[in-house]
Amino acid sequence: MAWKIFLFLLLSFVSFAGITFPIVEKPIAWYQFPYIPGLEEKAKIIFFHVPTAWLTVVAFLVSTIYSIKYLRKRNLDDDAKSYSAAQIGMIFCILATVTGAVWAKFNWGEFWSWDPRQTSIFALLLIYGAWFALRSSIENPDKKATLAAVYSIIAFFTVPFFIFIMPRIMTGLHPGSANDTNAGPVVNFKMNGNMQLIFFLSLIGFTILFFWMWNLAYRSIILKDKLTNENYLQ
Amino acid sequence: MTNYSVSAENIRKNFGRRLIFNGINFNYSNPGVYGIAGSNGSGKSTLVKIISGINAPTAGKIIHTYNEKKLTFEHLHNHIGLVSPYLVLYDEFTAYENLNYFAKIRNVPFDKEKIDDLLNRFLLLKRKDDFVKGYSSGMKQRLKFIFALQHSPNLLILDEPVSNLDNEGKDTVYKIIENESKNTIVMVASNEENDLSLCSEIIYLENYKTTK
Amino acid sequence: MKKAYSLFLKDFHSEMRTRYAVNALAMFIIVTISIIMFSVGQEKISESLAGGLYWVVIFFSAMSGLSRAFVSEEERGTSLTLQLIASPDTVFSGKFLFNIFLTFLMNTVITILYATVFDAFVIKNFALFLLTFILGNLGLAVSATIIAAIISKAGAKGTLYPVLSFPILLPLILTGVQLTVFSIDGTKIDEALVELGILLSYDVIMLAASYMLFDFIWKD
Repeated sequence: MAWKIFLFLLLSFVSFAGITFPIVEKPIAWYQFPYIPGLEEKAKIIFFHVPTAWLTVVAFLVSTIYSIKYLRKRNLDDDAKSYSAAQIGMIFCILATVTGAVWAKFNWGEFWSWDPRQTSIFALLLIYGAWFALRSSIENPDKKATLAAVYSIIAFFTVPFFIFIMPRIMTGLHPGSANDTNAGPVVNFKMNGNMQLIFFLSLIGFTILFFWMWNLAYRSIILKDKLTNENYLQ
Repeated sequence: MTNYSVSAENIRKNFGRRLIFNGINFNYSNPGVYGIAGSNGSGKSTLVKIISGINAPTAGKIIHTYNEKKLTFEHLHNHIGLVSPYLVLYDEFTAYENLNYFAKIRNVPFDKEKIDDLLNRFLLLKRKDDFVKGYSSGMKQRLKFIFALQHSPNLLILDEPVSNLDNEGKDTVYKIIENESKNTIVMVASNEENDLSLCSEIIYLENYKTTK
Repeated sequence: MKKAYSLFLKDFHSEMRTRYAVNALAMFIIVTISIIMFSVGQEKISESLAGGLYWVVIFFSAMSGLSRAFVSEEERGTSLTLQLIASPDTVFSGKFLFNIFLTFLMNTVITILYATVFDAFVIKNFALFLLTFILGNLGLAVSATIIAAIISKAGAKGTLYPVLSFPILLPLILTGVQLTVFSIDGTKIDEALVELGILLSYDVIMLAASYMLFDFIWKD
């Protein structure tokens, strides 16, 4: 229970600080953020957008790890874990895409401009979408789990192409892209101590939130499964 | 004695979270006829597929040994012959073409004499150059036996062997079983009294179905 | 390898008899190219657009015919027969060979037709194009084969094939488009080494992943 209260306080603080702390030319007080040319007030999105994008990747990774585990042990609990991680990942993926697009409208002038990272998250959305389409088309739970696991592993192999290679053949607009002369690399240099602190607190808070949501989600799937097969509990 | 043996160690199979059977154990190393019995839906065909390495059991192991050596799944298929109602041969080829491709893909020589003899015994010799498309279900069933026997398997598994066959066909099958069981392990999965009466040992799947 | 070749021969022979995949492929090539022609009309398309549309034709044609390798076995119920006569590696290799054959046939026809129809599609660096063509076809064949195996076991849902394939093929298509535009531009091979490397690593990674995972798909 204690950690749930802690998580609540942490996320409340992050939301409060992330939104209300002022951005000034020369930060002096502990609650002031530095001014980053080209980003200004819009820099604050980093506290919310980056954690959602981060969780999209974490969820995908967790889902793939449990897919591999399923293929090795053939335990449907692992499939439930993989499935629920992907479900939550899909939610964060949509959140990251939407928050990013809204921000892009104000910073780059367009909702969508096929920046490498936009392309990558689009590909992730497609992969998740295809994965859920595949799952819903199969009745037999073993087959569903096996084929979904295989597909997610194959899809996982394409991820490096999007993350490392796409930015090489397309020009990037994101802060921190190789050819960004204005603002990047944001995380390393332009953020001062307290901005970094809030950023990492936010990352930690969101990550704990994810694992909590995930735990609830897979436990309820497993319970539901067992209830519908009451007579056949192993 | 035969140099082949097949054994099961605590085989369990689930469909999803539903248990089909559990705790199947056997060890057959002598030639003979062994039976698998059980009502419809008790998992006979599933067990047959698990024994032939096509399905993976949920838990437990099937071990095939040949000349004292364990056979890996990769090398299993050339030692097994299977007849099953689920087996379908290629419609667009003739019987002869089917058998020829099977031999090639298995990488075993296409023994024309043996094939002709088998075709003759199953009364298909005259129709060997006809497309399987035009075969009756009984003829298809007989062709499956030739498919199962053409590479001289060490383990012959027959799932409902006499379905779709007339009396003449049944007699041929029983003769084949009798002949083959002299030096190979023959497993028969069936519900029919006549089939099961040939078996020296029978696994009843119903008994395994009770849980908890 | 000899077994896989025999399986390829079987599929080839069967294809000669039924002409199922080839007919679908031929029709799709004609349909997609004519749709593009109608929508372009009298306008002159740029070089980069020509390179992009070329891959549109390839993707949709591939999605029409390359799933046959596995779907036809599963639909007719002959998968069990294959499982009984060959190891999973042999099956995958055989089907992969067959899809390589189909892909090369299909893309050769597409390239010839496309080049005669669209004036903007003039290859200046032929060596680069040939490399792209070969590496691209191999990658396309691998991914198409393994996804075909998945959808055949999922119950042969035709619409699912492009849906599942697109994200997997996306890195290949994006790089392929880039390289095709390069070969129309006449860019030197030295300047396209990064992209060629990406294409090659895609082929290798997908091939390795497919051989690793095919067992799980095939044994049900």
